[in-house]
Amino acid sequence: MSKELMNKKDLERALTRMAHEIIEKNKGISNLCLIGIQRGGVHLARRLAAKIGSIEQKDIPVGSLDIAFYRDDLNIRKQQPIVRKTDIPFEVNDLKIVLVDDVLFTGRSIRSAMDALMDIGRPAAIQLAVLIDRGHRELPIKADYVGKNIPTSLSETVEVQMEEEGLDDRVILKKMDAGGEKGAQ
Amino acid sequence: MRGERKVLSSKDLLGIKELSREEITLVLDTAAGFKDILGRDIKKVPTLRGKTTVNLFFEPSTRTRTSFELAAKRLSTDVINFSVPTSSVVKGESLVDTALTVQALGADFIVIRHASSGVPHLLARHLHASVINAGDGTNEHPTQALLDAFTIREKKGRIAGLTVAIVGDIMHSRVAKSNIYCLKTLGADVRLIGPPTLIPRNLRETGVAIFHNMEDGLKGADVLIMLRIQMERQGKGFFPSTEEYAKNWGLTPERLSRAKEDVIVMHPGPMNRGIEIVSEIADGPKSVILEQVTNGIAVRMSVMYLLSGVKR
Amino acid sequence: MKLLIKNGRLIDPSQGLDGVGDLTIEDGKIAGIALHAAPQRGGRAKNSPSDARREVSSPDDLRIIDARGMVVMPGLIDMHVHLREPGYEHKETIRTGTMAAIRGGVTTVCCMPNTFPVNDNASVTEFIKRKAAEEGFCTVLPIGAITKGQKGEELAEIGTMTKEGCIAFSDDGNPVMNSLIMRRALEYSQAFNVPILSHSEDLSLSRGGVMNEGLLSLTLGLTGSPAEAEQIMIFRDIVLAELTGGVLHIAHVSTERSVEIVRHAKERGVRITAETCPHYFTLTEEAVRGYDTNAKVNPPLRTARDVEAIIRGLRDGTIDVITTDHAPHHKDEKMREFDEAPSGISGLETALALSLKLVEKGDLTLGQLVEKMAQNPARILGTEKGTLRVGADADVVVVDTAREFLVDPDSFISKGKNTPFRGWTLKGAPVFTIVGGVVYEW
Repeated sequence: MSKELMNKKDLERALTRMAHEIIEKNKGISNLCLIGIQRGGVHLARRLAAKIGSIEQKDIPVGSLDIAFYRDDLNIRKQQPIVRKTDIPFEVNDLKIVLVDDVLFTGRSIRSAMDALMDIGRPAAIQLAVLIDRGHRELPIKADYVGKNIPTSLSETVEVQMEEEGLDDRVILKKMDAGGEKGAQ
Repeated sequence: MRGERKVLSSKDLLGIKELSREEITLVLDTAAGFKDILGRDIKKVPTLRGKTTVNLFFEPSTRTRTSFELAAKRLSTDVINFSVPTSSVVKGESLVDTALTVQALGADFIVIRHASSGVPHLLARHLHASVINAGDGTNEHPTQALLDAFTIREKKGRIAGLTVAIVGDIMHSRVAKSNIYCLKTLGADVRLIGPPTLIPRNLRETGVAIFHNMEDGLKGADVLIMLRIQMERQGKGFFPSTEEYAKNWGLTPERLSRAKEDVIVMHPGPMNRGIEIVSEIADGPKSVILEQVTNGIAVRMSVMYLLSGVKR
Repeated sequence: MKLLIKNGRLIDPSQGLDGVGDLTIEDGKIAGIALHAAPQRGGRAKNSPSDARREVSSPDDLRIIDARGMVVMPGLIDMHVHLREPGYEHKETIRTGTMAAIRGGVTTVCCMPNTFPVNDNASVTEFIKRKAAEEGFCTVLPIGAITKGQKGEELAEIGTMTKEGCIAFSDDGNPVMNSLIMRRALEYSQAFNVPILSHSEDLSLSRGGVMNEGLLSLTLGLTGSPAEAEQIMIFRDIVLAELTGGVLHIAHVSTERSVEIVRHAKERGVRITAETCPHYFTLTEEAVRGYDTNAKVNPPLRTARDVEAIIRGLRDGTIDVITTDHAPHHKDEKMREFDEAPSGISGLETALALSLKLVEKGDLTLGQLVEKMAQNPARILGTEKGTLRVGADADVVVVDTAREFLVDPDSFISKGKNTPFRGWTLKGAPVFTIVGGVVYEW
């Protein structure tokens, strides 16, 4: 059973707004970069970077970050997470990083991502952009830029589908069956 | 996160023979992620924090043991080195008892090297810790083959369809055997080059080509894996002298030119410079010997990471 | 005490007997056989040549066993068993070994001399015989060593040991490498009418080998022992037997060419006999893959071709005897590196069922099986057993050929739990083993 929360147009508008917010809050894009968290944040980070680039007429560095090695739930997961690419082709020291993820839920993925970034270098600041904030935080983590706030119950799951993965752009809300796995999203 | 089910099927790494093509590929893919980490300032991840690795080496080996030790430490496990002369094995304790004692001390990973084939298999049967074979008798040395495959794949982009020549003392080399299984499983064409006394005839039944003339064997090769000639073999009639060996099967620039232009030269180490390989090549542009060492740590981290995810 | 075993299928090739009937036992001897009449149109009832029907006189002194649907055969004679006592009692004792034997339907056991001390003199022979009489569950016939200490250098006192009770001589565990000594043994033994049982293995070729030499041993990184090590020595032993006129019996034949060599020698009229063991016609070297030390045995398990040749050799009579080469070891000794573990399979409790598989497959008739496991051993050893003739010792086994069981070595009676057949489901087990009239029921 699933319900569409955002369609292609909604997504497009949200990303455009977030791009403007990022530029506004940082007073431009100097010393700024975007890093998408594998897997859900990678395409979003690229799209945001493209939009920001066309607004400011200047490219902004984009990277991707895999957090498998920094997860806090390795012992209890039913299956081991697949290791994906960390590709940050620039120095992060003294840079402002906007972490990008698709859904903010418990906040644990973000904590893992921050630990990973700290091991890679010493950023000047870290901000957080998420397409969906579905609540139920377990750590004191807050997003700076949110596409849409969606209150959910724990028996539901939020899925972001994107063209880059071969599906139409949309965000859907699904009711999980009893066997679903609760994982940081 | 949507999980794709990709796991190893056994809690132990006993040999390449026991791995499927998918499992080998999984180890190599995961190793790529770990290699990134080794390029950073902070060469460490907290992934296996709190776990304990015990190196149980019954045969001396500085380089393999150090590589495993570093891999374990980079994953944040605690590492204990247990080498035979200092242990109670000399006092007559049985192998299985030693391993059970080590497990009772809290070992999650036991890396074992032993002169007798089949010892890792014996221990794996009795332990719930993960047993990693670091070399058993003349059976296998699986992590060496995996790091060799990783190196080849990184340099050449693939393994299937490549011509790989393994040169030297095949008969006594567990490295050669693991490499033969691994490369064949991944679809490479494997050639063995060396004197007849050091290449068992039965190997022809496994589909590898055997050459005793090095020039012929090297023609068109994409990858060369040079094996160390063990000096202890010299007195036993396998070849008359190291000089004669070097003359016939030593890798020289002239012989190397028979291979493809973009051939890569590998060696598991330690090298006998001037015997199986000349310094000019070992230190030259086609050599990837030092990268093998770095890749070894990444591959061993990958193995430990994946084994830790196997449910008992 | 009289015993009547009725309605069983009586099988005794020594009398050409195979039919349903009754067997009576009295005072430890076979007292009578009566075949049931087969209803035939106008024909006489078929009787056995030694038919002597005794009336059942006093019912209170009589035990009746109904062997309907079961096979009644002479008690098995296993001429190659390691009882380990004296000296290796942690592996097995005469008591536990003979108990395991009767569990497997074996009523006579010949024990090899590689004990500690070696059975190379009359006093050790006497010890074994006395222990067997006091604690054994079946007849024990000791095999004496050919050479002192089994070292292969000097002949042991074959004559004195024969007088003391040794039934045959062997250095089993070791070959007699020195051809001159082997020649002397084959010559000298004739004075005492005893056979030489040869463990044929050329040690210089098999040195260090822990499994069959071949692609598998190369793959597993284990030193192999080539088939030729066995074949060369069998050939040598046969040539010496021909030279001397001695009585030679080849132990545990395991390879195709070994069978051929024996076959040719028999065709030429040489006086030799040969034996094999169930593992050589049931398993191949593949059982070693995975480094299971329970599959480590000497001679080693060979290839599928060798297995087929062994079965053919049994069928055509080239191989006369099936023995177990029962070689029990302590669990700790087998739980070691493959290179270090001792060789041997604990076989007394699985041999009958594994051999019956050949009957089920049609490779042997039941009568041939009884020949290989009772009649021929008796003939080779020169004893009057292995038969159901009236007047013979009442060594009988009643077998339910349909009874299935799971091979569970932890519940073996033998101290040796070392078997590669753990977990197998086998068919065919003794229900009653009768030794000299004494009945054991399973």
